[in-house]
Amino acid sequence: MKHRTFFWFFLPTGLAMLLFIALPIVSVVIQSVFAPHEAVLKTVENCTPLVGCTTETTIDQDATRAIRDAQPLGRFVGLDIYFDRAHLAVAEVSEAWAASQSWGEFSSKLFNLPLYRALAFTLTFTFIVTPLLIIFGLMIALAVNSLHRHLKGFMIFFSLLPMIVTPLIGSLILFWMVDSRGVIGSALVALAGDPNFSLKASTGLTWVMLIVYGVWHSAPFAFVVFYAGLQTLPKDQLEAAQIDGASRWQQTKYVIIPHLMPLVTFVALIQLMDNFRVFEPVVGFNASAHATSLSWIIFNDLGGETRQLSAASATSVLTILGVAILLSPVLVRTWRDFKGK
Amino acid sequence: MLMKRVAFASTIALWAGGALACEIDARVNIIGNEFPAIQTVGAGATECTGAEVKKNLTADHKDIHVAGMQGDPAEYTSAIVANSTLTILMNDDLVRPLDDLVAKHGQGLQKSQLITVDGKVMAVAFMANAQHLMYRQDILAELGIEPPKTYEEMLAAAEIIREKGVMQNPIGGAYAAGWNLAQEFNNMFIGYGGTFFKEGSAEPNVNSEAGVQTLNMMKALTEYMNPDFLTHDSNATNAEYRAGNIALLNMWGSRAATQTTADGVTDEVKAGHAIAGPMTVGGGTIPASTLWWDGWTVAKNISDAEAEATFIAMMNGIRPELMQDAEVASQAVWLIDGYEPTDAAIGVFDAAKAGTVPYPMVPYMGLMHGAIGNELSDFLQGKESAEQALADIEAAYVTAAKEKGFLK
Repeated sequence: MKHRTFFWFFLPTGLAMLLFIALPIVSVVIQSVFAPHEAVLKTVENCTPLVGCTTETTIDQDATRAIRDAQPLGRFVGLDIYFDRAHLAVAEVSEAWAASQSWGEFSSKLFNLPLYRALAFTLTFTFIVTPLLIIFGLMIALAVNSLHRHLKGFMIFFSLLPMIVTPLIGSLILFWMVDSRGVIGSALVALAGDPNFSLKASTGLTWVMLIVYGVWHSAPFAFVVFYAGLQTLPKDQLEAAQIDGASRWQQTKYVIIPHLMPLVTFVALIQLMDNFRVFEPVVGFNASAHATSLSWIIFNDLGGETRQLSAASATSVLTILGVAILLSPVLVRTWRDFKGK
Repeated sequence: MLMKRVAFASTIALWAGGALACEIDARVNIIGNEFPAIQTVGAGATECTGAEVKKNLTADHKDIHVAGMQGDPAEYTSAIVANSTLTILMNDDLVRPLDDLVAKHGQGLQKSQLITVDGKVMAVAFMANAQHLMYRQDILAELGIEPPKTYEEMLAAAEIIREKGVMQNPIGGAYAAGWNLAQEFNNMFIGYGGTFFKEGSAEPNVNSEAGVQTLNMMKALTEYMNPDFLTHDSNATNAEYRAGNIALLNMWGSRAATQTTADGVTDEVKAGHAIAGPMTVGGGTIPASTLWWDGWTVAKNISDAEAEATFIAMMNGIRPELMQDAEVASQAVWLIDGYEPTDAAIGVFDAAKAGTVPYPMVPYMGLMHGAIGNELSDFLQGKESAEQALADIEAAYVTAAKEKGFLK
């Protein structure tokens, strides 16, 4: 393609990307290095029903407005918010490092900090769910592909259901089922033989539940991609393998999987990104007491009665950096392959 | 078809009835929480004619009211608020003083309805609320237990109920991690005589003896709760109560009337349901509860005509005639002239009489509430000590307060 043609071809996409991706990121970065002005407080008398009047502190709006008008962005705090306790917690981590006698003590102090606690779950979730969903997706794709053609359409629809169901609804349905009075919950109580057994009260089991949900929800995506890939299998290679006496397993291992490898990379990329931003199940399962994620922290900062925009922005920027780090090995390899060609 | 016709006829009737009373000439748009009493106020406001009255009543009102009133002109002309949310709107200077409108259109308001801050009326309250005891008198009477007046008595009663094999987990509580859990901490902390902040400053003061006692009492209560307690908000707790699974709970007064009217309430619960004032704790005299009011505000960033129309419409939503309707009267503890307290109101009135303190209205309380809600669950799961949990709360609060400019 000529450069000129490419330019006009790419222009609409480029503009949209600038407007909807680049600019919001710039605004989030700016917001994360500014914080609201120091509040000017004053003491006033409040009167409320059934209680009468009391002395309370409130914000002096006139004085605050003057400061705000002078510097509408807020006060510049540099990277302070990135380094505070709610984010990278530099001071707290080094203090914990100095004060700890053992690794166990250090890690328990580290995972008491909100960002590291969230990272622990987020990374565990990402690195368990992503390989599992690729394996399950591949297995479903191979199974459906070997079905009689009359059954295929029906099975494809069924396999896709978990992805069609809205994530929040899907997690809520499972949440009610595992309630200690729900179907699965009561069954587990009977199995455990302990009337106080509760899946939702255990951190470990909550993680397992979220991971199972994550695989259940995302495996259909891998399935669809791999199923499409299977339709382009080189017939002659497979026949050659059969003539050579390759077993079904050997055919899969030496012909089918290598053929699908670029798709595996694609699915891994997309799912690493998606799973790193795990959010809906944490909310749907009401699991924030046991498992938090980076996206949940952003939601929590924005959803409190007092919104913490700067804290939420800083976590957003850290999430973007996290995704970039996660994807870098795959991206570097893709780049090398490209250069090699 | 019949239903449609009835609905249509009643709409016409409402419209005709409203037209006599309420005429406005600018747009009105209301944002607020969603429970029966607020639905009544919202419906009353939409009866006004002459201009469009819209309302958005949702449990998620807290997430959108600031954004919806920040613009100029603001999307919402009125927010229905409570103690805590008025502070949030005032922090961002989003509501206007109502003194002139009260003088012009506020006939019939009681003085106690006017929420004044620094001598200016900032909101018009229409109902009061507090958390207080709800219990199953049939179960307690059968076992010869008096309704508990303190949390210690509640624990003793729960032990007897469990021991006799009536219920495995007789205590209920809205202990869902987040806002609900923090609110239960606040109640107990106040009951033990704790203060959230050092006198006259935004410095936290929860890592204290009162704090430790509070956490130990909460932990003791959770031993008698459904093991899923960290996921039970007030709706889930009520569902447990209505299903007859719990016998004692600290619950919002605004839920007292509807506790036995929802679908699926068992007959035993209907017959046995009773309410009483809030309990004290640790030998204290101030109840372990907080007093709340719900009221409405008028947005700052709107034209004076819209503000006046909003005020008139909202006044129509809280007009004294509504109190004649027995169902409306039972929905809340109304502060409106002409309200005759119903049986469901005993708990909240007892709370006021017993000297329950109002929920703190300082600008940084929202951050404290958030910090408590996030940092408590580890302690309740037995993963860390009370002192560690309280230190975490203070550290999380200080971080947030520094960001928001309340602390240096």
